[in-house]
Amino acid sequence: MTLAISMLDILLLGDWNTRVVVIGTAMLGIAAGVVGTFLVLRKRALLGDTVSHAMLPGVVAAFLVIQAFGGGGKSLIGLLIGAAIAGTAAAWAIPVLRRSTGLKDDAIMGIVLGGGFGLGIALLGVAQSLPGGNQAGLESFIYGRTASMVQADAIVIGVTAFITLIIAAVIGKEFRLLCFDESFGRAIGRREGLLDMGLMLLAVAVTVVGLQAVGLILVIALLIIPAVAARFWTDNFVRMVILAGVIGAVACWIGSSISAMAPKLPAGSIIVLTLTALFAISLVCGTKRGALQRLVRSVGLRARTGRQHLLRSVAEVMELNSTSTWSAKDILPMRSWSHARVRALHRAGLRRGDIRRDGSEFELTAAGRVAADRVLRNHRLWELFLIRHADIAASHVDRDADFVEHILGEDLVIDLERTLAGEPDTHQSPHPLRSGA
Amino acid sequence: MTLEYDGWIMVIGVLAAACCAVPGSWLVVRGMGMMGDAISHAVLPGIAIGFLVSGSRSGGWMFVGAAVSGILAAVLTQLVHRWGRVERGAAMGLVFTAFFSLGLLLIVQTADSVDLDANCVLYGAIELAPLDTFALGGLEVPRIVVPLVIVLALNVLASAIFYKEILATSFDPELATAQGFAAKWVHYGLMVLTAATCVACFEAVGSIITVALLVAPAATALLLTRSMKWVIVWSIVLGAIAAVSGHLAAITVPGWIVGGGLDTSSAGMMAVAASVLFLSAAIVSPGRGVLARRWRARRDGQRIAIEDVLGLLFRLEERALSTDQDAVENMLRSDVRIGPKRLSGVLGRIRRGLLARVEEGKWALTEAGRSEARGLVRAHRLWETYLAGRANIPSSHLHSAAERLEHVSDPGIAKDLAAAVGDQDEDPHGRPIP
Repeated sequence: MTLAISMLDILLLGDWNTRVVVIGTAMLGIAAGVVGTFLVLRKRALLGDTVSHAMLPGVVAAFLVIQAFGGGGKSLIGLLIGAAIAGTAAAWAIPVLRRSTGLKDDAIMGIVLGGGFGLGIALLGVAQSLPGGNQAGLESFIYGRTASMVQADAIVIGVTAFITLIIAAVIGKEFRLLCFDESFGRAIGRREGLLDMGLMLLAVAVTVVGLQAVGLILVIALLIIPAVAARFWTDNFVRMVILAGVIGAVACWIGSSISAMAPKLPAGSIIVLTLTALFAISLVCGTKRGALQRLVRSVGLRARTGRQHLLRSVAEVMELNSTSTWSAKDILPMRSWSHARVRALHRAGLRRGDIRRDGSEFELTAAGRVAADRVLRNHRLWELFLIRHADIAASHVDRDADFVEHILGEDLVIDLERTLAGEPDTHQSPHPLRSGA
Repeated sequence: MTLEYDGWIMVIGVLAAACCAVPGSWLVVRGMGMMGDAISHAVLPGIAIGFLVSGSRSGGWMFVGAAVSGILAAVLTQLVHRWGRVERGAAMGLVFTAFFSLGLLLIVQTADSVDLDANCVLYGAIELAPLDTFALGGLEVPRIVVPLVIVLALNVLASAIFYKEILATSFDPELATAQGFAAKWVHYGLMVLTAATCVACFEAVGSIITVALLVAPAATALLLTRSMKWVIVWSIVLGAIAAVSGHLAAITVPGWIVGGGLDTSSAGMMAVAASVLFLSAAIVSPGRGVLARRWRARRDGQRIAIEDVLGLLFRLEERALSTDQDAVENMLRSDVRIGPKRLSGVLGRIRRGLLARVEEGKWALTEAGRSEARGLVRAHRLWETYLAGRANIPSSHLHSAAERLEHVSDPGIAKDLAAAVGDQDEDPHGRPIP
């Protein structure tokens, strides 16, 4: 009970200190979601990871410099400037190394990431063996430690996130062009190198302020996951950007709230796991590309294709045998389908009212007759079109038409009829339906 | 610091580097360097769970856990990529951060009761490794050597036995699949090896330094050789060099800079040393280094400039035009490929090479220069004739194309061109082919 109350208290920002932390990280979540969308659409996700790892030497070097000049070594701004310098250097080094060695991106990123982090660890070793001993806070940049965040930190995060958002809004149109039509952008004089560098700087800014909250290993999740999750809900670019910002903010809010409840729940981990949960939900339930929605659609398509296959086979059997009834075993040789499939299709046909049962024989209903004629007609129209206009041999058109006939729309059929004008209403099949027929 | 202590650290470092070099080479040539990063992060929950189950760092449970979570991460990445149609890099980043945060959470949950902390996983504890030993035939051997040797043997054996399969699937997956090598299983096999390597190495050098040891020596080796076998051998050697020099640097360099016998993390310095080796190779590698390529570009530029000058002199002589020193130099000064800055150097080289000389204020080709120039102009006009006849290039564009091709045409090509052109003795502009 008390747990529930304290949870509610934290989620609703009752406590002043948590309020600061939660609002700060939520701002960060918005900025990360927005910038991450550009990063993901530009296929630069792992570049962000490399840059964030390579920030460690910057942080520690800044600490050493501040220490050497007699500062407390705890100046957050100073450390963040160090991180920003190192991150920018890494972002700059990757294309330079790629051009000068001709190696692939992944190898270059691995080296910059591993080498940069190694340098950071080595510098950290030096910092830790120095007398003075107030370097303990440095490690919080690796794992993130929202609990130690104070009001001033939250203000730094909030202001940076806000500035990043404004910049993103101002040049969002250019980025969008870069993401979707790079060559057009180049043709109208946009400099993609400059824009890419601008994007990297924005990512560096978000990463730098994210270090405090989630740490440099996990900050990349804040950039990638909201954007990837948002993609499952919308095809519209602007909506995707907004949604990514919202997802980032919600995850940061929930994550830092939960982490504030108990001492052994690192905020970075909780935030990332919350994001992962949101991603999983989007992956399954997303309305644009979600797994469920795709499943429903493919089941529907399969049912429609099955019905059309049955109707066409029936029409062909009736045409061959000049009868108006058929039995399941007549249909079986028409396609490579199993007994069970043929039975299932007949059951579906009975349910839909396309066909009627008459003992062991079946016959088409009036509605079924119309539908079967239309399917057969579409198939043969397309076959004729392929033979006349696409130079495909008559022996090959059946298979090709089989793929296409199910998605021929009303307009397309009218077009086909116009192209093939002067043909009889229901065409003869342009190839023998049965050898010797 | 004793010889034995530092010696063992270097042995452990060399073993870890060699361990990483083998799967690392394959990852790099397959363009999957960042998969090493993803797996080295993703093994964390497996390590944590294995550790919780067995309660010790020596058991096989940790290996099993790490291998399972490494593979799981690889499979999930593939699923998110395929099903969710998420770009592969983003899918990778998504899966590994989720795994890593889960592992971090598990470790922090148990941090008070057990002896495994996140720092050790992230950047290793190579300094403590030589202290934890067991007796082997009278010798005190660090315990950590055992898993490293086993995984190294596994990596080398697997690469040797399945060399052909991995090679085929790395460079031409479609062909390999058509020939009956299952590219998918090779992929997952490699992921298993990488996961085993990550878990063997994490205790020594930590999971992120492992990324550097996986990728950097292999990438360096690719700059030095193009044969896959040598890439593997070189990356083992380079990894070993990085490990030894990294440790030596860790115990000396901070002392030089700050003073007072200060030292730092050996694992970190090993990663730095591996990167320094890479940078050095990128600069001085004889085949693909920046310096070598600059030098070749410079040499080619100079040769082309000399050839352009000779060609100009030949054409002037051919049309019996003035080869006045000032006039020629003015013409060359406005030539884009020579320009005023390089002019005197190029002319000096021509004089020293006895290809042309100045007589009474006029340039004149020597016999050697004339024969070279004739070859060049011949190649140029043959190309123009050929391109006009065979490639349907409009006559206004012939010159610039031939201008480039003439410099890369050896006598063999000229002979082939002459055969292709037939018995024409004039180029499309009506000039004789010499």
